[in-house]
This record gives sequence, structure tokens and C-alpha cells, in this order.
Amino acid sequence: MIVRILGEGQLVLEKAALAELNQLDDALMAAVEAGEQGPFETAMKALLGKVRELGTPLPVEELKPSDFILPSADSSLDEVRDLLSSDGLIPG
Amino acid sequence: MKRMSLIFKSKANKALDKYEDPRETLDYSYEKQMQLLQKVRRGVADVATSRKRVELQMKKLQQEGDKLEGQARRALELNREDLAREALTRRANVVAQISDLNTQYESLQGQEENLVRQSKALEAKVEAFRTQKETIKATYTAAQAQAQIGEAFSGISEEMGDIGMAIQRAQDKTQQLQARASAVDELMASGALDDPSGLGKDDITRQLEQLSSGGAVDDQLAKMKLELGGGSTKALEGGANASYANKNDEISDADVLKEGGAA
Repeated sequence: MIVRILGEGQLVLEKAALAELNQLDDALMAAVEAGEQGPFETAMKALLGKVRELGTPLPVEELKPSDFILPSADSSLDEVRDLLSSDGLIPG
Repeated sequence: MKRMSLIFKSKANKALDKYEDPRETLDYSYEKQMQLLQKVRRGVADVATSRKRVELQMKKLQQEGDKLEGQARRALELNREDLAREALTRRANVVAQISDLNTQYESLQGQEENLVRQSKALEAKVEAFRTQKETIKATYTAAQAQAQIGEAFSGISEEMGDIGMAIQRAQDKTQQLQARASAVDELMASGALDDPSGLGKDDITRQLEQLSSGGAVDDQLAKMKLELGGGSTKALEGGANASYANKNDEISDADVLKEGGAA
């Protein structure tokens, strides 16, 4: 499966990693919903760190959509909340 | 983890749905990508320009801080601890603001480096799209092309979306920083704004100048009294501290940047 970290690019991971990533993602969402800064930062670091650890970069000439897209590492809590509720900025 | 991916996917699908034969979309899409690539390059250049503007604003604030330190010294020389304290208090405030701006500025630099890297990756992807598009047009039927194109198309729009967001974020940051630097700047200049002479001297400078010219007059008076009383024939000399006016503490306004958001 392919995961994109916004601002960094796409990584290829084994499907088997999904269970672990989903756990980390749930922790992140809980922190965003509760608006808790400390847990949010910890959860972001953990999730992105795990993706970088398990993934290998997709070659730049490959054109594939990602199965999952994650916020960039320096996103604030508010930015992540906006991303999840907004419409994105995708050019047609 | 599906949440954000869906945002991108639905956009790409919407764009593809417009065409009967997916192969028709290829040339149109590539053209559009080239236009977007231009926009991205411009966006990255704009961020760099705004960053440089913030840099200039910060330099100017740094000069203001140095000037206040000089004023504090002069005030002490003239035994005006109250003025010196006022100048140093203002300086501490400016220094704190600068250090805060500096932290933000460094993160902006990081964002900019990322943008440059991302736009290079996007160029490579657009080039890859061009190669694939020719292959698809030459070898596939419309039905076969559908799947092929869908994937390449979604892949490239996702890349565009990613860099579009990154540019937006960097631009927001530069605007925020410029606004903050301007606010500090205005605070600093508030003394100069009420200056009837229009020379841009702040209240501390004016007080110091009055003090030193006042001091010179007192010195001369004392001398005259001495001469009249003591019958001395010595000519008047300028007071030892006739001119404390220090040319260095008038910052030129030439480098004051007009307020204006990132283009």
C-alpha cells in the first residue's frame, strides 16, 4: 500500500503494517477531537515516525494515488482539524 | 486512516468524469499540469520574496534594539537613570519580539527548502505523465485506457494537491510574520509619529538632546559667572559636552518596507 505524508512524498508499505498504523491514527484523531496539544504532538510523531520506519520511498517517476494521506510533520492541531473537515486544495 | 485520502480521490474522479473517451483527457490534462507547474514555480518564488522581506524587517528591528542601547548609555552619561531604564525596558521588549520572530523565521526557511524539493519532484512526475500518456494513446483501447489513466491522473493530482497546500501554508506563514514584524515596527516608531520636526526622532532621543544642549547652556552660564566674578579675560569656550547629539541614532527610513502581504 502507498502512504503519502504531505510535504514529504509517498512511501510504500506492507499491508500488514495497517493494523499498527490504524492504532496510532486513532490516538491522533482522539487528540485532535479533544484538542489536546501534548498528546497530539506525541501521536503525530509516533504515526509519521512509524510510516517512515516501515516505508520505502516510491520512485518519483511512478504515478500512483496513495491509499492513505497523512498531514505534514509541522502541522498544528488546528491545521489537522481543518484538513479533516475541509475540502482540500486540489486543482481539477 | 482513510479520511484524508478521500478528499483527494473524489476531486480527481470528478475531473475525470467529464470525458467520454479517457484518452481525450490525456493531452488536456498534461497541458493543465504544465500550467499548474508554472503556478507552483511562481508560488515558490513568491514565498522566497516574502521571506526576504521578513528578513529585512527583522534586521531593522535589530537596529532599533541597538539604537535603544546607545540611548540608554547616553542617558546614563547624563545621569538620567530614569531615561536609561525606559530605553532598556523598550529594548528588552524589542529583543524578545525579535527572538520570537526568529524562531518562526527558521521554520519558514525549512518550509521553503521543502517546497523547492517538492516542486522538483512534481516536475519529474509531470514528465513521467507525459511519457505514460504517449504510451497509453498509442497502445490502449478506450476501455483499457480507463484504468491506466485513472491511476496516473489521481497520482498527479494528489501530488499537485500536496504542493498546493504546502505553498498555501508557507504563504500564510510569511504573511503572519510580516504582519508581526510590522506591528513591532509601528510600536517602535510611535515616538517618531508625533515628532513635529519630521526628523523621525523618538521621545527618548529628543529628551536626550534637550538635556545635552541644556547642559551646554548651563556650562556656559557657569563660565560667564566665573569670568565676571573673577575678572578673567579668557574667551568663551564651547562646553565640554556641547554636543552629545549622536548622528548614529537616527535610523534612516529608506529601508522601511511598506506593509504589504505576499503577492
